[in-house]
Amino acid sequence: MAVTTGARPFANSLTAGRLPRGATFGVLAASWLVLLVVFLLLQMGGVTENYNLVGALVLGTVLFAVTLFAVSFAVEGSRLAKDRLATILVTCAFVLALIPLVSLVFTVVTFGAARFDPQFFSYSMRNVVGQGGGAIHAIIGTVVITLAAAAMSVPIGMLTAIYLVEYGRGRLAQAITFLVDVMTGIPSIVAGLFAYALFVLFTEPGVRMGFGGAVALSVLMIPIVVRSTEEMLKLVPNELREASYALGVPKWLTIVKVVLPTSLAGILTGVTLAIARVIGETAPLLIIAGFTASVNYNLFSDRMMTLPVFVYNQYVSQGQDAQAYIDRAWTGALVLILIVMLLNLIARIVARVFAPKSR
Amino acid sequence: MTAVAKTPTAIKAKQRPGDRVFSASTVFAGSLILVILAAVALFLIAQSVPAFAADPADIVGGEGFWSYVAPLAFGTVWGAIIALAIAVPLSIGIALFISHYAPRRLASPLGYVIDLLAAVPSVVYGLWGIGVLAPAVVPFYLWLTENLGWFPLFSGPVSGTGRTILTVAVVLAVMILPIITALSREIFLQTPRLHEEAALALGATRWEMIRIAVLPFGRPGIVSASMLGLGRALGETMAVAIILSPAAIVKFALLQQQNPNTIAANIALSFPESFGLGTNTLIASGLMLFVITLVVNSIARYIVNRRKAFSGAN
Repeated sequence: MAVTTGARPFANSLTAGRLPRGATFGVLAASWLVLLVVFLLLQMGGVTENYNLVGALVLGTVLFAVTLFAVSFAVEGSRLAKDRLATILVTCAFVLALIPLVSLVFTVVTFGAARFDPQFFSYSMRNVVGQGGGAIHAIIGTVVITLAAAAMSVPIGMLTAIYLVEYGRGRLAQAITFLVDVMTGIPSIVAGLFAYALFVLFTEPGVRMGFGGAVALSVLMIPIVVRSTEEMLKLVPNELREASYALGVPKWLTIVKVVLPTSLAGILTGVTLAIARVIGETAPLLIIAGFTASVNYNLFSDRMMTLPVFVYNQYVSQGQDAQAYIDRAWTGALVLILIVMLLNLIARIVARVFAPKSR
Repeated sequence: MTAVAKTPTAIKAKQRPGDRVFSASTVFAGSLILVILAAVALFLIAQSVPAFAADPADIVGGEGFWSYVAPLAFGTVWGAIIALAIAVPLSIGIALFISHYAPRRLASPLGYVIDLLAAVPSVVYGLWGIGVLAPAVVPFYLWLTENLGWFPLFSGPVSGTGRTILTVAVVLAVMILPIITALSREIFLQTPRLHEEAALALGATRWEMIRIAVLPFGRPGIVSASMLGLGRALGETMAVAIILSPAAIVKFALLQQQNPNTIAANIALSFPESFGLGTNTLIASGLMLFVITLVVNSIARYIVNRRKAFSGAN
């Protein structure tokens, strides 16, 4: 280790006492290689049954961190060694977070592909035991309930945001800002319980209806819409408003004709993302919308299946031929993820297309 | 300012009908938020009263509401705390990676990738947790009990299915990663450029620059982001309901077969079959959850609001 401190004939003062450029990747490759070989020997020696690739890579990374730290400590000193260690740890944190994402997407796609067929999108679960059946009733329910929730929360959310940005002064505005923050923190299951507690007053105990689910979802959705719309309205330059006032346009027309069109792209993006956020909610719908095997278009009576609840229900109450139920659950999960991704994509496209033309 | 105040007569803006209607409707919508929140609290309380007032023998478990909800509250807080202990260091690392380590051009796509974790519905996390993660961690749990079993948290006998509170906490950690990361990243990027450059100019390495310039600046942001993540972990329902194999106990051990259940998961599991007083009891436990998350979130908001620079909701 003391090699570098010795007198070198052509010591370059800028690179002296530094590890060569490829050192990091060299050490990484070497440590992985060492551990891969060690685990190969372990397997051939009969210590482990299967080849433990994960263990090899994890321990290899640990070995890499330790080796590089030690080498760097000897050559470059403690400060640069710590710097290298921090870089390794930070990068590992990022890679570690990617593992569940990759694993989840991979699993859902492979398991979900089994039942990703036309029947899944055209059959309900009515009178289906075992194989076959589909989720059309759940898809219809999800669409109807989410649209109802959006129809309630978008106007309320947008008007509240307009109030906060354009009109709100004093106590009321402060209170609303605070309460919107509080509302973002309401656990989804509590929103479901609220919807139940509300509707059970007007109807019989044990009430289940799709509209209740829509109410619960809007409790979760309103604060998201308020926040995103508020951010977008704040971005509208004040000069635009003043120019409009100077031309004698009333305040409300200024808001409707100048402020809103300018921020339309952002608002639509925010609304789409809010829908994407609530469309995967399971808990409140499990409480108030319940589950059923049949198609139900009526928001105001009877149970209504939704896609997340379908996934949960298929997995939890497996009947005979359990694999058919599990397959349906995974396909439901795949469809759910596809819908959420599609909504996210739409949000991005909307942001592009409707962006103000001045740029 | 004083010059403006001295203008003799303030010209009153003409009030048109359109103006009145429009501003009234915005005020109405804003007030509706107050009404909704009040309604949430009131209806929950109204439906909980029977459970509070009931004869202790009639509540599930036969010992009254508070001893029914206590183990659940313990499980809720315990699971969320473990999740937080896993998620916070990771999130800080990821946020630093995106804000200070990754190449500039890659920073925003990488941030988007992490945000994708937030887009996955919780029921899908539940499926993944029980279908993939739980079986995968069993060998690791076995190793833990064999080698670190003397440590009370890792004491055996290990669960054969992997459906323990530690697995749940890992899944919860993955679910709250994106929110903590997004907030921390935002605050790290706000570190004054000059502070960073001053540190670098004094010869600090990148890590030293982060330690003396970025982290102290971002500490309040990290704290409030963690609190918001905690709030979300407390209220998370479906992943816990699917993965955990629950029992009504208070126990700190992480790897055993019997695990303390959480309030939210208990509601999701029991509500569909509940009736009468059972429903009231569940709603009352939901009220407890509401109070717990309210307190946690309010503390987080208080810290956030002291620095108005960013808001946690987006």
